[in-house]
This record gives sequence, C-alpha cells and structure tokens, in this order.
Amino acid sequence: MTASVVTAAAGPSRPRRVLPVVEIVTLAAMLIAPFALDSRPELVTLATNVLILSILALSFELCWGYSGIMSFGQALFFGVPGYVIALVGRDLEFSHIWGTLPLAMAVGLVLSGVFAIFLFIGRRTPTPIFIALGTLTGSYAAERLVSGWQYVGAGNGLSSIKLLQAGEYEFVEGTAFYFLALGCLLAVYLVSRFLTRSQLGLVLAGVRQNEERLAFFGYRVQLYKAIVFAFAGMIAGLAGALYSYHQGFIGPGNMGPGLSTMAVIYCLFGGAGTLIGPIIGTASIEVLSYVLADIDLVKRFWPVILGLVLLLVVTFQPSGLLGLFVSARERIGSYRWRPRRGESGG
Amino acid sequence: MSLLSVQNVGKVFGALRALDGVNLAVEANSFHGLIGPNGSGKSTLLKAIAGAHFATSGTITFDGHDITLAPPYERARLGMSLKFQITAVLPQLSVYDNILLALQAGQPVWSLGFSKTRRVAHPNVMRALERFRLAGRADDLAGELSHGEQQWLEIAMALAREPKMLLLDEPTAGMSPQERRATGELLQPIRASCALLIVEHDLDFIKDICDTLTVLDGGQIVASGPTKQVQEDPRVKEAYLAHA
Repeated sequence: MTASVVTAAAGPSRPRRVLPVVEIVTLAAMLIAPFALDSRPELVTLATNVLILSILALSFELCWGYSGIMSFGQALFFGVPGYVIALVGRDLEFSHIWGTLPLAMAVGLVLSGVFAIFLFIGRRTPTPIFIALGTLTGSYAAERLVSGWQYVGAGNGLSSIKLLQAGEYEFVEGTAFYFLALGCLLAVYLVSRFLTRSQLGLVLAGVRQNEERLAFFGYRVQLYKAIVFAFAGMIAGLAGALYSYHQGFIGPGNMGPGLSTMAVIYCLFGGAGTLIGPIIGTASIEVLSYVLADIDLVKRFWPVILGLVLLLVVTFQPSGLLGLFVSARERIGSYRWRPRRGESGG
Repeated sequence: MSLLSVQNVGKVFGALRALDGVNLAVEANSFHGLIGPNGSGKSTLLKAIAGAHFATSGTITFDGHDITLAPPYERARLGMSLKFQITAVLPQLSVYDNILLALQAGQPVWSLGFSKTRRVAHPNVMRALERFRLAGRADDLAGELSHGEQQWLEIAMALAREPKMLLLDEPTAGMSPQERRATGELLQPIRASCALLIVEHDLDFIKDICDTLTVLDGGQIVASGPTKQVQEDPRVKEAYLAHA
C-alpha cells in the first residue's frame, strides 16, 4: 500500500456522535422504569405496552427508515401472528414461550414473505404508491375478514388468551412481563443495529437514495427490499404475540389500518433512520396519550390535541424529535473500514 | 466475435420511432464513440444496451449472452457498467462509501450482513479514489464535490468492479476544458482491460480518445468505422457536422 493510501485511511477526525448517548440513556431509563413505577402497576403495564409497540415501530423503521419501503400495512404482520398464538392457546392449549414466540415470528416471516413476492419480485419495478396501497389494502382486507369470521371471534376478537408459559412459570402483567418485552426489544434492536451498520446497511442507504443507480451496479434491488420487508414482518410477528399475551386479547383493530398508521407515526415522530427514534416516538406518543386522557379539561378531545402535535412535528420537523439533536450525516452513517490500532488494510 | 453486438434494434415510443434497424459492434478493449445531432437516438440506443429500457425489436448480445430483455443487474453482472448522463452519485453517502457500494455489488446478500468484505475491499476503494484524484476527499459527502469531481467519482464507481465494457453517456457535460482534458487522460489506462462505448457531444474529445465511431441520425446509422474514415464521410458531414 502506498504512503498516501495509509494517510487517507486514517482520515479526518470524525464528527461527535449523539446517537450512542441517546441509546445508553434510553436503555438506562428502560432498566430503571419498572422499579421506579413499582407502586403504580398500571404504569408498568403502560411501559410494557410501549416496549411491545416499539418492536412494531422498529419493524416499520426497517422498511421506511432504512429501505424506503412505505408499508402502510405493518399491523397485518402484527395482528395475524397475534391471532395465531391466541388460537394455538385456545384450541391446542399450548402457550410455551419456546414454541409460540418462534411460531409467531415464523408466521410473520411467511406472511410478509408472500407479500414481498407479490409486491417486489416482478418484471416491473414497483412504485412507492403501489407498495403503500398494496400493504394498506392487505391490512384493511384482513381486518374486514376477521371482523366477520366467527371462528376467530368476529368483531369481538379473541379474549382470555392462555397465559404465556416458561416451564411452570406463567407470565402475567407486571415486572416479569416487562423484562421479557424489554429482552425481546433489545434483541430485535441489536440485530437490526448490526444489520443496518453492516455492508447490507450501506446497500439499503444506497437504495433509499437512488434505486436505479444500484441496479446498474448489479444489485438486485427488489430482492434486497423483499428480504428487509420479510425480516420486518418477522419482527412485527414477535410484537403481535407479545401483545396478545400481555393484553390477553387480540381483535380486528390490531391488524387494521389504524394500528398500521400508528406504526408510521411512531417512527416519523421519533425520527426515521435512527433505530432509536421510533422507540422514543412510541414512548412519547403513548405517554402523551395516557397523560392527556387523564386530564379532566382535555379528556374528551385529547385525540385532537395529540393529532395536532403529531401534525406539527411531522410538518415542521420531518426528521422527527431526534432530528433536533442528530445530524443527517450521523443518521446515514459511515461504512468505511477503519484500521484498529496496529492494524493495516490489505 | 464482438464483445457487444446490436442487431437490427428498433425502439418505438408511441408514434415516435426512436431507433430503426440499428446494427452496431464493439470489440473488446476498443473505444467506440456514438455521435449524432440532438434527437438522433444516441442515448436511446445506450439505454437499450444498458437495460434502462428494452428494445422493441432486434437483439443485443454481450459477451456471448443475449441480453435484449435482461434487467440491468444481470447486464452488470455480465460485466457491463454504465455512467448516467445526469450525475447519479449518492450525494448523502461519503465518497468512500460510494466506491465501496459499487465495489461490493458482486457479493452475495448473506455475506454483506457480516461485513467481512469491508476490510478486504479497503485497498481497492483507496486505489480507485487515488486513480481519480479523489483520495483526499474520501470522507466528504459525494454531494459536496464539484460537478467535475462528481463525474469522476461516477466513472470511478462504474469502473470499480473492472467491467468488460463501460457505457458513458456524455461524461464531459458541464466540465471545464481542463476537466475534459483530465477526463481523457483518466480514461486512457482502462483500454487494457475494458471496452468503452461513449456518447458525447464534444467532437474534439471523442476524436482524441475513440478508435471507431458510429454516427446516428433520425434513429438510423449514417456511418460507422474507424474514426478518421468516418470523419471524412460526406454523409456524416451533412447529417451531423452541419448541425454542430
């Protein structure tokens, strides 16, 4: 290697990074929360719900924030696995954690994989509108289908879902379920973080910016999108199963456009393309909803206030709450190989 | 057998016949220029060869493979590379990452998830940047480069995987005379390993670097052959140089 290459490899000093600090603070808050909220069990339930919905938000984040796939039907891959594990509990009396959570992920993966083949793998390049409408239609059609299907409880959904078991232990609402949800979120986050910072993440960053350019490099762009979409569906499936067990209920609304839209809003509100942003967005929106619903003065029209706040953020701060602190450069990241001490390229 | 062979290719857009029975052959390691007045079908032909759109009739073969209806990624994997007319670098990625992205295009999807390729690719990335005088700007965003530097970056990206053929659509558009001269110098060394098919308006530039020329007018070939011979062809003078 020439001297100039070595010099260039060292490169200029890198800008200060904010995201790792946000990640550490968020993790610390999540670890402390159940102990700080110990005297208010309803808040532990709310916090658990935030963690589960954060997993759903992360699944949308991988689609939109990292791959430019506008999935308006992400709840479909959340709701269907939720129904499947509820039915397995009811009809087969099986709810063991090592069986049902992987089953839910497999259902999410297969369902989103089938959708991915339909949406992405064709001769023509699908437009963003086609993807948005295709996923929205899937979510809407599934909601309508289960609403009229007695076997799955029709409009009432399925309730009294068998508790999640690990050996003899049964997970009920509370601290144990909170840490189970936190463990799942952490695992999903770390895998997503690893993938988005790998060379695969570089391809996705390229896809977001100029899909056509990547195709002319030799990338089968639609295949990459299909893989990410299917992986995101698997993650949503895990969230759907946790939600069913935690709430003891799953209904048509949990796979419809309403929840799908919330996944979009969680992500945009917190800041797409950061991974941690959608988690902060989910927590902010869910906590704000809880607080506003409890204030006498606004409890009747709090959804309107929440809607206005979301509209203002999305309109005037399109990079979300995290965009206030994190530069665009840091969000996109760098995929350059940098030598460690005593190491040289080659 | 020619590296690229275009046989009787036609392209119709609604009522417009943009290409009509075009035949073209490009040999390995040769520099072939494609010229003609505005609207003559040069870019349409280049796009049909690259796969940006498909020919309505005729066949295109590349390195022994029929690619007439192959998608762009398949053509790229066979060793064809394209530089767009409008600069298409990835502006929000660093200059380094732009090259790395081009370089790793041949890797299987699963291997990219583990990032083992990053360290191995590093010397090649730096070599490509050095060759196009961009090593000092490796960490800058591609969008921060000057227009000429962005054109070089895109040529470096197109050449990163050592293609058998490079298609260049007006590479010197918007460049200063110095940058044009430098571009010609930067392209010369690739002749040893790569053929070049170039669409260009700058006749002086194309005469300097191309061995053979094809002249298009109204979607049809007017003349094709060694550069000197085509330059002297009266039909070319009438069809193209009169417009220039």
